[in-house]
Amino acid sequence: MKVLIKNGHIIDPSQGIDGVGDIYIESGKIKEINIKSMEHGARSTGQKPQSSDVRIIDASGLLVVPGLVDMHVHLREPGFEYKETIKTGTMAAIKGGFTTVCCMPNTNPVNDHASVTEFIIRKAKQEGHCTVHPIGAITKGQKGEELAEIGTMKNEGCIAFSDDGQPVMNSAMMRRALEYSKAFKVPVISHSEDLTLSDGGVMNEGLTSVTLGLKGIPAEAEQIMIFRDILLAELTGGRLHIAHVSTAGSVHLVREAKQRGINVTAETCPHYFSITEDAVKGYNTNAKVNPPLRTSRDLEAIKEGLRDGAIDVIATDHAPHHIDEKLKPFDMAPFGISGLETALSLSLQLVREGVLTIKELVEKMTLNPAKILGLDKGFLKPGSEAELVVIDENKEFEVKSERFVSKGKNTPFEGRILKGMPVFTFCKGKLYEW
Amino acid sequence: MLNSKDLLGIKELSKEEIYLFLDTAAGFKDVIGRDIKKVPALRGKTTVNLFFEPSTRTRTSFELAAKRLSTDVINFSVPTSSVVKGESLIDTALTVQALGADFIIIRHSSSGVPHLLGTKIKASVINAGDGTNEHPTQALLDAFTIKEKKGKIEGLEIAVVGDIAHSRVAKSNIYCLIKLGAKVRLIGPPTLIPKEIEDLGVGIFHNMEEGVRGVDVLMMLRIQMERQDKGFFPSTEEYSRNWCLTTDRLSLAKEDAIVMHPGPMNRGIEIVSEIADGPQSVILEQVTNGIAVRMAVMYLLAGVKR
Amino acid sequence: MPKELMNKKDIDRAITRMAHEILEKNKGMEKLCLVGIQRGGVFLAQRLAAKIKQIEKKDIPVGSLDIAFYRDDLNIRKEQPMVRRTEIAFEVTDLKIVLADDVLFTGRSIRAAMDALMDIGRPSLIQLAVLVDRGHRELPVKADYVGKNIPTSTSETVVVQFEEEGLEDRVMLEKPDAGEVKSA
Repeated sequence: MKVLIKNGHIIDPSQGIDGVGDIYIESGKIKEINIKSMEHGARSTGQKPQSSDVRIIDASGLLVVPGLVDMHVHLREPGFEYKETIKTGTMAAIKGGFTTVCCMPNTNPVNDHASVTEFIIRKAKQEGHCTVHPIGAITKGQKGEELAEIGTMKNEGCIAFSDDGQPVMNSAMMRRALEYSKAFKVPVISHSEDLTLSDGGVMNEGLTSVTLGLKGIPAEAEQIMIFRDILLAELTGGRLHIAHVSTAGSVHLVREAKQRGINVTAETCPHYFSITEDAVKGYNTNAKVNPPLRTSRDLEAIKEGLRDGAIDVIATDHAPHHIDEKLKPFDMAPFGISGLETALSLSLQLVREGVLTIKELVEKMTLNPAKILGLDKGFLKPGSEAELVVIDENKEFEVKSERFVSKGKNTPFEGRILKGMPVFTFCKGKLYEW
Repeated sequence: MLNSKDLLGIKELSKEEIYLFLDTAAGFKDVIGRDIKKVPALRGKTTVNLFFEPSTRTRTSFELAAKRLSTDVINFSVPTSSVVKGESLIDTALTVQALGADFIIIRHSSSGVPHLLGTKIKASVINAGDGTNEHPTQALLDAFTIKEKKGKIEGLEIAVVGDIAHSRVAKSNIYCLIKLGAKVRLIGPPTLIPKEIEDLGVGIFHNMEEGVRGVDVLMMLRIQMERQDKGFFPSTEEYSRNWCLTTDRLSLAKEDAIVMHPGPMNRGIEIVSEIADGPQSVILEQVTNGIAVRMAVMYLLAGVKR
Repeated sequence: MPKELMNKKDIDRAITRMAHEILEKNKGMEKLCLVGIQRGGVFLAQRLAAKIKQIEKKDIPVGSLDIAFYRDDLNIRKEQPMVRRTEIAFEVTDLKIVLADDVLFTGRSIRAAMDALMDIGRPSLIQLAVLVDRGHRELPVKADYVGKNIPTSTSETVVVQFEEEGLEDRVMLEKPDAGEVKSA
């Protein structure tokens, strides 16, 4: 198919592109990019479109950016297909503007073996709407006792390793993992949580948890493990990436480690800079997530961390669950928010509030995660695979989970009016539009 | 006058609603004091006791209250029911409603269960204790007892002693007494009193002698043995030495101070028998008042239009 | 504009006459007691008791009865009726009870009062004294002692005010479009 996207505001931080222009796509590849803005002079690269059977999209007033890269999603397949499948999860990703996702290994069986990695990659090729890169488990069964075959799994296609869902509680094991991973040049993604402190807690520890009668998870449960992981990264020289940062103290620790020159990166998720523990009031299980929603002080610190670069990436931690599972007493419901379809709108709010420029936001959702994972993604170049998103920053919509493409309808933003969403996504040779 | 068809907790009630429950309970206390302890007020309605946690006294109290209002009572006992077979909580509640329940009285080990049910079913949901959240009828009957004995609640110095962190009775009482203008202080080991609770406007004491000095009401809480296993305090002996209500300690309170306990008591651990059976104890009256208060709750909730 | 049907003097004369009638019909005070239905009947019962004391120079037992739990309209009312106290400090079994209420209308309050009394004990006899009988009975209930018979239409309201409530003694008839507050 042939597509011409005209007069969009093209932003590609990897090449410093930021101007109004046209993009021409043919046979799934970008054929030409033509920037007209004064900033970079008139730039024309590649061949011009020839025939008249071209689909012309008028992108005036719209943003055109590289397809977003989500380095933290749970696709639930194999084993939990009732919650989500690779097919439905990648469709939700596309709807959210993501053309590359990295799926966590807490499936059933756990992705701790090349055979499971192979299954995921094969399924994604057959049924996935976007590119899927599996993240392998650090330890066998994610039990934290024995290293998984990191080298073999990397060969099969894993681009990073994590026991996400679980922390690696044993410090010696985490040290071993950071050291060993160096041979394969892969990052270790840490779900930092001291289980003895979180101890069955279900929301942030504080006055709200006391008055709701719910067991709390203190902020220190996250901070203690982040500090440990940072020190182990320093000790071993391994590449550490901290998943889903949620507290002010955690942001401070990461910032300070970077200042000391330690090779650590960090991500946060849209819910941590959009809502607080107040969302749990009324026992709303759709606001039950791990790490939990914190206080407004933490929320402000997360924004500050994004602003000053302490936090490199915005990822969704998309965690779909079946509706019956969330319709349980609060402490029995599983943790997780289905986030792919609301992430971009919530993140654009940061631009509207002046926390990030649009260029910085795009970086945090494309180039930065791609760099951390060593992926060849996050840019718009002629000759490359066409993976891009056209975004209408001003389009408003009401969050209605029943209309989610994901099987997971568990969102704490139900009924909210959000602003800014993808209107076209191009991936794997297909044009999706809403 | 009531805002909701359900009684989920004291947190959801206004001061006016609390006083309505108490004033109505006075009328019902007249009824249970006479020979024929029954009135036809809720004749033909059906009450279901849905107790997921074992409880004899609360369940019996609700059962009596429901019967004295002339409702039909069904006790849904968990071990023999379909809940064990994996039926979800919501399904159980909807089934019970389909059987014609007008009142569902629920006790569950998870906080928030009555709130979950309240939105899904048309019957009136009465919280008989959910996790470590609330036990509102206990707080109402405690407030009724205090008001009866002391004439008022506003301005009284009231001490709540024991495992505040895990006690839904303590929480409901704290919310209730603060709403009614009492001065509340909590006494117990630091591991059993969450520090954030100070923000509600209560005093915190870890020393029993200091804490009981000059109080009008002492509310003793039951110490659960499981907490010792989890390391909240080293032994019941040590707990008792430091926080048991002995006659010496009681003498530091006001001369006409009253002693309360929601039951069942661990005699010798949180309270000595001389006090439990003594003249300052109102523990048995709490039990009697409990029936009147629960009748008032059911009577008033029945009048809230869906 | 509500119409005044009885003023303070009218009420006092009626109560005096009713007190005499009660003593005449029951041949004295023996085993006799008064029970007023909350709330207006309580004041009437107390006044009748005072008159009887004046005449016989002896106290007659007086109690108050709340009928909220015995009403037959609990299911259809907008909200639950307010609950007041039932204070009957004496044993009612084998006593002659004169029930007192301010206004007799449909008769349903009296039926509820009788049910309540039966749950309290077994009186040997129940008679009924009302200050105003406004007709429109829906149940077979008849007053033994009536202060004044006032024919009304169902859309009208009879309002009885007592000094004990902090208002002037008065019986008024309010027409449907009258929405005025009680005058002190």
